[in-house]
Amino acid sequence: MTAIPDSYDIAVIGGGNAALCAAITAAEAGARVLILETAPKPYRGGNSRHTRNFRCMHSGPLGPLVESYSEEEYFSDLMKVTGGKTDEHLARLAIRTSEDCLPWMEAHGVRFQPSLSGTLSLARTNAFFLGGGKGLVNAYYRTAEALGVEVLYEAAVTHLDLADDRIAQVTFTHAGEEKTVTPKSVVVASGGFQADTDWLARAWGPAARNFLIRGTPYNRGVVLSDLLDQGVEQVGDPTQCHAVAIDGRAPKFDGGIVTRLDCVPFSIVVNKEAQRFYDEGEDVWPKRYAIWGRLVAAQPDQVGYVIIDAKSLKLFMPSVFPPIEAATLPELAEKMGLPPDKLCATVDEFNAACGDPSGFHPTELDGVSTSGLTPPKTNWARPITEPPFYSYSLRTGVTFTYLGLKVDENAQCRIGDRPVTNLWAAGETMAGSILGQGYLAGFGMTIGTVFGRIAGKEAAAHAN
Amino acid sequence: MQTDLIQEARRQAEICNACRYCEGYCSVFPALHRERAFSDGDITQLANLCHNCRGCYYACQYTAPHEFDLNLPRALAEVRQASWKDHAWPRGFAHLFDRSGVLMAGGLVLGFALIFALAQALRPDSGAGFYAYMSHGLMVTIFTPAFLLPLLAIAVSLRGYWRTVGGGPVRPGDIWGALRSAGRMKNLDGGHGDGCNFEDEDRFSQARRHFHQAVLYGFLLSFASTASGTVLHYAFGIEAPYGFFSLPKLLGVPGGLLLSVGCAGLAWLKLKADPELGAPAAWGGEMAFVLLLFAVAVSGLALYAATGTSAVAWLLPLHLGAVLTFFLLTPYSKMAHGFYRMAALTRDAAQNRAA
Repeated sequence: MTAIPDSYDIAVIGGGNAALCAAITAAEAGARVLILETAPKPYRGGNSRHTRNFRCMHSGPLGPLVESYSEEEYFSDLMKVTGGKTDEHLARLAIRTSEDCLPWMEAHGVRFQPSLSGTLSLARTNAFFLGGGKGLVNAYYRTAEALGVEVLYEAAVTHLDLADDRIAQVTFTHAGEEKTVTPKSVVVASGGFQADTDWLARAWGPAARNFLIRGTPYNRGVVLSDLLDQGVEQVGDPTQCHAVAIDGRAPKFDGGIVTRLDCVPFSIVVNKEAQRFYDEGEDVWPKRYAIWGRLVAAQPDQVGYVIIDAKSLKLFMPSVFPPIEAATLPELAEKMGLPPDKLCATVDEFNAACGDPSGFHPTELDGVSTSGLTPPKTNWARPITEPPFYSYSLRTGVTFTYLGLKVDENAQCRIGDRPVTNLWAAGETMAGSILGQGYLAGFGMTIGTVFGRIAGKEAAAHAN
Repeated sequence: MQTDLIQEARRQAEICNACRYCEGYCSVFPALHRERAFSDGDITQLANLCHNCRGCYYACQYTAPHEFDLNLPRALAEVRQASWKDHAWPRGFAHLFDRSGVLMAGGLVLGFALIFALAQALRPDSGAGFYAYMSHGLMVTIFTPAFLLPLLAIAVSLRGYWRTVGGGPVRPGDIWGALRSAGRMKNLDGGHGDGCNFEDEDRFSQARRHFHQAVLYGFLLSFASTASGTVLHYAFGIEAPYGFFSLPKLLGVPGGLLLSVGCAGLAWLKLKADPELGAPAAWGGEMAFVLLLFAVAVSGLALYAATGTSAVAWLLPLHLGAVLTFFLLTPYSKMAHGFYRMAALTRDAAQNRAA
């Protein structure tokens, strides 16, 4: 074991948005900072590299954001998705601080762009990064390195030595060697555990082995489990993850935004027995996409199949893989590995239950519904009749896990009833302190930025 | 067109269309996001609209080692290069693109030798300045066809390009839009105004934009200088040599300086940039083109500085040889990009207007 010779005030574990915000803030306060990033350089940045925006409170036009977005409205949007499972004090802190964050982000190299085509509904609430999250991560690394922050890639932290109420030593592997560093303060910003399939399977059940991971393969929860094993206080449902339905052909890891499918409301979705299992038209897609991860996870082999016809093909955003196409339904079933007779029967039954489709309107709840069908389709129910027919396979794509480190308003971790004097956490690894369930677009980056900056400030104050 | 290049660019464009994170960088993405499916003409237009600023590459979460293996700047550069060969006229000259580096070096030597030999053999009995070495009539005899024939070739090529990309009637407003974009190098400002990524990975800088502007405006000033000399000669009977406070010199000297600095800067940046983000096979030809333009500018300035000395005897053939090579290879070298870029920007302006 090699003790690395340099003396650092602060070790930041992780290399995504929260880690970088902490490192930059601490370095600006005069601390000597070391970033330990597990990923190799091309994959640095954790899940932040797949993000695209930052949800931001604002009392008037701010940067790319139009009109205003009040604390109350923001908080109420959050409560809707978490069903009240929210720490109000920390949530309001994140929301209130977000307004200061946007100019801070710009000052540290982040550039914004107008709301992307296809996302106009977010133009008021979410500031989009020019180039997406990897652009943000690149800018922060440039800024951090200019401030003298040192970055070690492929540095996998294996153990934080908790002695009494402080972290005495950080152990990590790098370049094939086990090394240690003894900083005065430690910031953990290394995400959740969703990329550890075994852990996911223990938590969720064996079905989780068939899940795809939408983001980085490096969030394996090594530091999280190491700290929880030593009694550091945890938060969040350990069995739960945020999951959406994505293209079944997506890679196991890192498929990101392009694997999403927005076609469910205009389709019927069947399982491998060619049976429907849920109302595809329950609500507009932005409000429903998050439940479909679970719905598909509950089906045999954790797969679903979207079936649409020619008239619906252009109603949704294109995705990375083209749909499977066939001139007839039996041929489509053949290509998708579905029982042809059963698929035809399911479609016939659905078509027969469709009423008058003349009120069809793709962007609002149109009430064009089936009658006498179980489960019903309560909006956008048009018969599937017009060849060619198209299908996408669906799988459960995990975005993040909820289990994390419980922190206070100073982003500080706790053990028993007392704080760990030199340990702070930021980003996904503590987001469970605020998000008990559900997700609000762009709020992960808000939590990461707000608590990353707090953690960096506190860690530097402790070290100085 | 090599279908595999188009197909690879199409594969990548479809991934970009599902992501859209890069929308604000340049004109390519809004144009790309307008389509759902990409015809060969669409891909060719996107390729010629791309200024290779590389912002999208460094921001992309799907570049290698990711299995999606995106490198849009390279895919579009390869299609762009192939599209110029595809539209080259006469058809048989298309392969000159593959050898433009060697041709420029060879052209420089041969052009120098030719003009030196002509100047020696047909040295005028009288004449001032460089006309003491080569008569006005001889220069006109060589350079009129050497200027007009390449322009004709380019015009035919552009007409073919316009058909490929499905361009309709050309509106003056669209040309104006293209001129405004090129005049400010809008597509190299990164969308945020910080410039582009080129010489130092993901760092944004104005270096390439500013050096390119120096080349563009330097070239236009130099061209205006020659044009003003022609007007003075024919319309006013005022013949070279011109003094410093004359239109040809007031335009030509700053033009030559800008061109020299711009070319040197672009060559320097090109050495630092990652060749894998362009069309690697075209790298040599592009570099040779920048150096040839540099040679044109520097030899022109040197010729002026050497006025009245015996060095004019070899500087004049050197400069004219470089200019001759530059003109003749315009339709089959990197110089073609300016014409195609204007066509692509004009087409884009028309599509933006229609959208």
